[in-house]
Order: sequence, then structure tokens, then C-alpha cells
Amino acid sequence: MSDTPETDTLEATMDNPVSGIDQSSGNFKYDMTYDFDAGTGLNERTVDYISSVKKEARWLHDFRQSALKVFESKPLPTHWATKDLENINFDKIRYYLSQGQKPKRTWAEVPDDIKATFERLGIPEQERKFLAGVEAQFDSEAAYSNIKEAVAKQGVIFMNSTEGLREHPEIFRKFFGKVIPTGDNKFSALNSAVFSGGSFIYVPPGVKVSHPLQAYFRINAESFGQFERTLIIADEGAELTYMEGCTAPKFSTATLHSAVVELVALKGAKIQYITVQNWSSNVFNLVTKRGLAHEDAEIKWIDCNIGSRLTMKYPGVVLKGRKSRGEVISIALANDGQHQDTGAKMVHAADETTSTVVSKSISVGQGRATYRGVVHIPRHLKGCKNNTECDALLINTNSRTDTYPAITVRGDHHKVQHEASVSKVSAEQIFYMQQRGLTEGQAMSLSVNGFINDLARQFPMEYSVELKRLIDLEMEGSVG
Amino acid sequence: MSSLEIRNLHVSTGDKEIVKGVSLTINSGEVHAIMGPNGAGKSSMAKAIAGHPDYLITEGEVLLDAKSVLEMESDERARAGIFLAFQYPSEVPGVSIANFLRAAIQARMAEGEEIDAAAYYKRLYEKMDLLKIDRKFTSRSVNEGFSGGEKKRSEILQMAMLEPRFALMDETDSGLDIDALKIVAEGVNHLRGPNLGVLLITHYQRLLNYIVPDHVHVMIDGRLVKSGDRTLALELESKGYGWVKKEFANA
Repeated sequence: MSDTPETDTLEATMDNPVSGIDQSSGNFKYDMTYDFDAGTGLNERTVDYISSVKKEARWLHDFRQSALKVFESKPLPTHWATKDLENINFDKIRYYLSQGQKPKRTWAEVPDDIKATFERLGIPEQERKFLAGVEAQFDSEAAYSNIKEAVAKQGVIFMNSTEGLREHPEIFRKFFGKVIPTGDNKFSALNSAVFSGGSFIYVPPGVKVSHPLQAYFRINAESFGQFERTLIIADEGAELTYMEGCTAPKFSTATLHSAVVELVALKGAKIQYITVQNWSSNVFNLVTKRGLAHEDAEIKWIDCNIGSRLTMKYPGVVLKGRKSRGEVISIALANDGQHQDTGAKMVHAADETTSTVVSKSISVGQGRATYRGVVHIPRHLKGCKNNTECDALLINTNSRTDTYPAITVRGDHHKVQHEASVSKVSAEQIFYMQQRGLTEGQAMSLSVNGFINDLARQFPMEYSVELKRLIDLEMEGSVG
Repeated sequence: MSSLEIRNLHVSTGDKEIVKGVSLTINSGEVHAIMGPNGAGKSSMAKAIAGHPDYLITEGEVLLDAKSVLEMESDERARAGIFLAFQYPSEVPGVSIANFLRAAIQARMAEGEEIDAAAYYKRLYEKMDLLKIDRKFTSRSVNEGFSGGEKKRSEILQMAMLEPRFALMDETDSGLDIDALKIVAEGVNHLRGPNLGVLLITHYQRLLNYIVPDHVHVMIDGRLVKSGDRTLALELESKGYGWVKKEFANA
């Protein structure tokens, strides 16, 4: 597929911004030389720089520049979102950062608690080094090529978005920025201006990809980007599952991560997109994810958010074609000092469309979980259905949860259901479990795992096992 | 051979003293029944021994093999071998009985040691067969939507799997019809043996027709006022608690 494999490897290495561990908790210095560095702050020159380093076409350069203007003109959405957004210092952020050299940190310098976390999560040795920034890139090009080759036989295009733009501009350009226009929100505009990394996938008509395509560090280092841009197109009758992220904590010095993910499911196609993310607690994770479902197509988002300082993410589906279906399944865990502001957006734009939202959030300590849901069914449509269910679990008395469902349904030929619940892990329940020999922490973990069990089962086995371990770890500090 | 010794136990909830100086020693292999009217302090005593945070031990001692358990957290007491069969067991939504018990057994193992899943399920199914419990039961969430009888059977199954040294059975007969009562009693009788001591708390003598106790104690107003053998239970059934109360008042 690529005639310059060296460039691929180089690209992947350069675009890996997982440049280190959260230094506030590690408290050590970390020297690194960047081959390409756009410096801090954002202006036209930064965007020029990124575009030229990536040797981009003129139209894309212009696209980025106009996105920058949109970003600058849009206010922060603090009229509805948290004021914490004001703490993002856009002038101090590095918007493009490439590692041209291997980092010089040794394994011995990695803090013990981080090592312990890797140990507990059962992360393989090699991957631990990568995650801790000891190695610049996890060497799994072979596995990646195998998957690429295997799916290429079916005509599937699977590559990073930089490659995709270069090699398949005719497909890329047709769909790029159409599901999520630049001006959708301030952060989609930011991403449009400075994006790098992310995946590009095209599945030809009728092709059903049997294995999930994965774009986490085990395969593609570039997907770790700060400003990822992913575009997935399933042509008529095609099917695929895509997985991103991993449950291992991502230690990042970059405090702002803002991805844009666009999915297009053409007639009768099915896309399932699975995310598990566990950011370190200094990260603002502001993501726009949306899919466009044509006639009889199906888009399902399975989304799990753990960690970060603030996550704002509302995966959505625009149900454009008759009988199309959209689904969002979301799990969020907000620990002390964290705010998970998540939800779903379902826009019904055709008759007999169906949407389902199931959201479960857990607030621990002073953690805060917010659910925001938008369901829009206009008057002229017939036979639309929405089912929304959001459940919140509070672990401590000072934990917080808010729910903001906005369901606009006009016309009277629709079926809409909304259920919400807030529950607490009761003292009686914990005593019962402790009486069976579980420690308070173990009892909490088990309760939380029980709470999300029906959703966790929808994750691939490997992910749900990791998820369980991760919850155990998160809950350990919550008692006492 | 183990012993659970309760010495001059005083228990309060809130400002109210509920148990007012109970002394009782249970040895392995023995079944003691505590009978008494509602509000006598029977359940409070069991919960306090198990370490329930709402039941404060203000005076006295609880010794497991001559070692005090009072400084131990409830889960430590459980792992040391004290099991409380709850009158009203809590629901644990989304956690299957199989997984719950597995976690409880895992919690008893040394760090780094992993439960042998195959052996675990083999043992679980054996116990279930013994207690005449349908195997489908294991995949249901703990106590969620269980009938009264199912809850009690689940408690007995847990007891069978966790193999405690002492079981405090709190009103295990409450809410059971006669058939369910027989099944539960049969389960307890299966578990009875030289390695288990039982404290059976009950309001009615009915249960004692099926689980025959070695000792019977009557608790009234926070104190054990009369002890005897099985015949005491029968006497209580025919005469009611009134005569013991009177006897106690006159003493």
C-alpha cells in the first residue's frame, strides 16, 4: 500500500507525543530532544509549520488555517460547561511535537507507583517501557503490518490519517469534516487546525471485517496523538469493529487532548467503535465523536472513560437514512478531582430511526460525573424510537452526579423512553460483603464492577478483564 | 477444636444499650440456640460479634480461641472464621453468586495465590447438589430478586463454601414456609460437625424441631436469663416467654 515504508516508521515515531510521565507525581526531570517542534502557543505560523512538516496539499493547509480562525472566534462553552475550561492555557501548549530520538529515561527512573500500576494491570514488560516513556515506540510494526495485509486482501484500507490523506485523498476528502464540521464546537475547530495522528479506514461494499481493527499502542503508536483525527467509512453493507485506547494509564505531559472522530456508515453498513481511555489526572480530554448513519445502517459507540482532569465527550449518531440505528453505551468513572462530563447525542433525521443510550457513571470521593444527552426528533418524522437509560452510582457521601437530558420530540408518532437512577453503595451492602471476608476496598470494587457488569460484558473479553482490574485499582484509594 | 467465648458483652446502638452483659462459650461441634421475644437483643449481639459498625461493644470481650476479635475489622473476623448468616441479606446487583463467593474465597488466600477455577466450580456444584440448589442459581446476582427461601438458601450455600469455624445464624427461619425451613435445616445439619460451632438465633421453637440444639438459652431484655438443653425449648413453646420473664423478675 505504501511505497515508502521508512517514512511510515518515521512518521509513527515522530508523531508519538506520549512524551513522558506526569511529572508532578513523578517529580523527576526528563530531557528530550525533539526533531520537529512547533514551539508553544498557537498562531498561523504554527499551523503553517505543521502543514509543511507533513508535506500537505494546499487545500488541507487552507482547511487548517480557516479552522484556526474559527477556533479563535469561538468562545469557550462555559455558558453550559464547567468553568474549569478557563484553566486551559492555550499559549503554553505544544501543538505539534515529534520525537526524533529515543528518550533517555531509564526504567530505573520510572516511579515505583507507576511500575506497581503496570504490574497490577498485567501490562507486558515491553509495553510498560513504552507507556512509561522509556521507549519511544512499542515495536509492533510486524503485528500492524499483518493486520493491514490481512484486511488489505479484502480491499480494506487501514492506515494512519496522515498516510490516508496522502494516498487516498479522493476518499478522504469526500467524507472528511462532513460529519463534524470545523465549526461544530471550539475544540473540533482546534483539532481541525492542528490535527495529526489518528486512523483512516475504508471498508469496501459488502466486506465484513471479522477481526476488530485496533489502533492502540500495541499496534500504532501514532494513535496516541494529542489531536487525533480519525475517519472511518463503511461502504454499503460493510461491517467493522474498531477499538481505540487501552486501560493502561497514559502518562502524558501534554495537558490538552482533543480528538475528532468521524464515522460514515453507508446504506446497510455497521460500525462499532469501542474506546477505553484512562488518562492521567492532569489531562483535559475534549473529544468530538459523531457518526452518520445512512439508510438501514447501524452505528454503535461503546465508550469507557476513566481518569483525566476533565473529559467532555458526547458520542453521537446522525440518523440520516430511513430505519437507521444508533447506539451509545458509556461507562464513566470519576475519581477524586476528576470530572467526567459525558453523554450522547442522537439526531433523528429520517423515519423509523431508532436510537438507544445507556450510560453508567460512578463517582468516587469528590469525583463528579455529569451526563448530558441530546435526543432530537423533529415533527415531520414518523415512527422514531429512542430509549435512554442513565444510572449513576455514588461511592462516597461527597461524590457528585448531575444529569442533563435534553429530549426534544415533536410529533406524536414516536416512542421515547427515559429512565434515570442514582444509587449509592449502602453501608449495609458493604458490611454484608465484608462479613464474607472481602476488605472494604474489595467490597467497593465488586459493587462497582457489578454496577457496570451488564455493559462491561459488551466489551471484548480482553478489555473487560482489564477494566475490572482497573476498577479494583481505582477503588483501592477510595476507602478508609 | 476452637472456642468462641463471649464475656460480659454489652452492646449499644445509638445511645441505647441493647445487650446488657451476656456471657456464653461455644465450642466446635456444639449447636447453641438463643431464643427470646422480639427486641431482646439477640440479633444485635450477633451483629456486634460480626463487627457491624452500627453496633458498638461498650464493655466485655469476644474471644476466638482465647484471642480478642474486638480490634479486628469485620472482614478480618470473617476471614478468622466467624460467619454471620443474615436475617435480611443485602443485594449485590450485577455480581453473580459464583463470582461473589469466588472473590470471598480469593480474599482468604495468600497474596500471589490464585484460586483454581476448575476445582472451585467442582466444589461449588457439589455443595449445591448437597443443598439441593439448582445450578442456574449461581449466575444470578447475589440476593437480587430472591424469594425469602432463596435468600436463606444462598446464605447456607455461602456458609458451606466458606467453611467458617463459627456460624451465627440470625433468624434463619424467618420468612420461610415449612418446606423451605426443612431444606434450610437439612443444609445446616449437613454442615454440622466437629469443626463447626453454631449459634442459632430464633424466635420460634419450630426451627429446633429440625436443627436439634445441644444447648438452649433464653434471652430477655439484653440478658441470658435461663439456659438448658433441648427440653427448655419445648417448655417455652408450651408456656410462652411469660413464665421465664416472671421467673426472672422474681429472681
